[in-house]
Amino acid sequence: MNTTILLFLLQDGITNGAIYALLGLALVLVFAVTRVILIPQGEFVTYGALTYASLAAGRMPGTAKLAVVMGLIAFAFDLYAMRKTLHVPKIARTFGLNMVFPVIVLLASLWAADQRMPAGVSLVLSLLIVASIGLSLYRIVFQPLAHTSVLVLLIASVGVHLALQGLGLLFFGAEGQRGPTLLTASATLGSLRFTGQGMAVYGITIAFIVGLWLFFGLTLYGKALRATAVNRLGARLVGIRTTLSGQIAFLLASTIGALSGILIVPITTLYYDTGFLIGLKGFIAAIIGGLISYPLTAVAALVVGIVEAFSSFYASNFKEVIVFTLLIPVLLLRSLAAPAVEEEKD
Amino acid sequence: MSTLLEVTDAHVSYGKVEAVRSVSLTVAENEIVTIIGANGAGKTTLLSAIMGVFPLKGRVSFLGEDLARYEIEDRVARGLCLVPEHRELFASMNVEDNLQLGAFRMSKAHAARGFEHVYTLFPKLKERRKQLAGTLSGGEQQMLAMGRALMGAPKMLMLDEPSLGLAPIIVAGIFEIVAKLREEGVSVLLVEQNAKAALKVADRAYVMELGEFVLNGKASEIATDQRVAASYLGFAEAAAS
Repeated sequence: MNTTILLFLLQDGITNGAIYALLGLALVLVFAVTRVILIPQGEFVTYGALTYASLAAGRMPGTAKLAVVMGLIAFAFDLYAMRKTLHVPKIARTFGLNMVFPVIVLLASLWAADQRMPAGVSLVLSLLIVASIGLSLYRIVFQPLAHTSVLVLLIASVGVHLALQGLGLLFFGAEGQRGPTLLTASATLGSLRFTGQGMAVYGITIAFIVGLWLFFGLTLYGKALRATAVNRLGARLVGIRTTLSGQIAFLLASTIGALSGILIVPITTLYYDTGFLIGLKGFIAAIIGGLISYPLTAVAALVVGIVEAFSSFYASNFKEVIVFTLLIPVLLLRSLAAPAVEEEKD
Repeated sequence: MSTLLEVTDAHVSYGKVEAVRSVSLTVAENEIVTIIGANGAGKTTLLSAIMGVFPLKGRVSFLGEDLARYEIEDRVARGLCLVPEHRELFASMNVEDNLQLGAFRMSKAHAARGFEHVYTLFPKLKERRKQLAGTLSGGEQQMLAMGRALMGAPKMLMLDEPSLGLAPIIVAGIFEIVAKLREEGVSVLLVEQNAKAALKVADRAYVMELGEFVLNGKASEIATDQRVAASYLGFAEAAAS
């Protein structure tokens, strides 16, 4: 093997692995807090990427309108739930979150699409749009199902994935898109060339992981989220609402998904259904981490990225087969090592 | 003394089995009330249902307000707090974080005062504040569960089997704290199999058998009641195991 090729493949693998790590961490977080296996994570990736690409190309993305419609439905749900206790501050809060926020973002994106703003503005707007969709999604689909079994939540999750993918086709068409790079500079170190985009991927991934770590370790809301993940009843008994934790988890997951998409779309062409496959790779990492361990998930994601890079070089036809086959020995080992666990009841 | 908690004609069912039948009880301000009874009498079910963990048929009011439409979290916000039988601590978080989360809906100033209060009541917790809750001994976990509940400045604390599985000397300490809480203006509803200790600290008592209250009255009178003495006091140790 040629050292240059080896290094190049490693670099490529780590770049992809970093993104899978972000997605895997989000999946572990959502599962721990809400017991939802977040299949639509991939759609957050697609929506983030294609919204960014559309805005940068001066087109108004359909996702901004979807965010407003979903916000309206979420607001209606909230109003219905509060029909017995019409508490003005609470209504104001849900109105602001579900109505005012998406509408402002919609207006901002209408304006930005006209103006051809710099990449940074498109990035922030795309994140806000997808975050708003994620938040409403929890309110509309998963909050009413919060008391059901993991299986019911999984089936709902698959349904949401199919629906969002269909909407993705409607909004962005069947053609792929690419977005502008975040950093155009590049540097060469020995035989390796570090592009600005690659550096942005590393930088943002690391910053996000450190940020999450600080959030969970130091802030009250971060601790409350961990508490819900560790002991749902205990958390409720100290007054932490399961719905609040669920909202924060979905907000983080959709933001992370969209960010991953925005990081990838300057490197590869993304189609309306590409996100699913990318999300699944994050999912493999999360499974290797047992849907519990954050560090194990991050390491597994890097392994998945590197295996993928090498297999696409040596046996590109079997790239996906090889990556997904990683799951079989892991699941075998896990099922042998772990005692049978009954599904949590609550 | 005004009534704090009032439960009227409560029924709680697990599927088809009715675990609590037609139970009524009151707890006044500054009062310690205990519910004693054998294992499986429905005491834990009743407490959990008052907290909102299970659905309850009947009426539960707290400070004169019907609790029916409130979730667990809203009941906590109104000053009702449960320390459950299994303690439900955040095992992988340290003592300090557990306590801090106990004051989740309180202001920072309240939380700071809460820490001081809890660390005075349970100096042991201060020593162990950086230790993970899951690695504490049983007695320390019970202290942490009570401490976490007190961080939310409750008006009424419901304690479910605080003495379960603890050494006698630690049990004595816990009951001392219960008495001290009343002096601080916190009412306590105490569910216990250890009837002797519970009747000693309580003002009033209810005796529960097979989901129903069969007897109630002043704790001192219940303690001398023939039937209670025969079924719960003399054989309390045997019944507990």
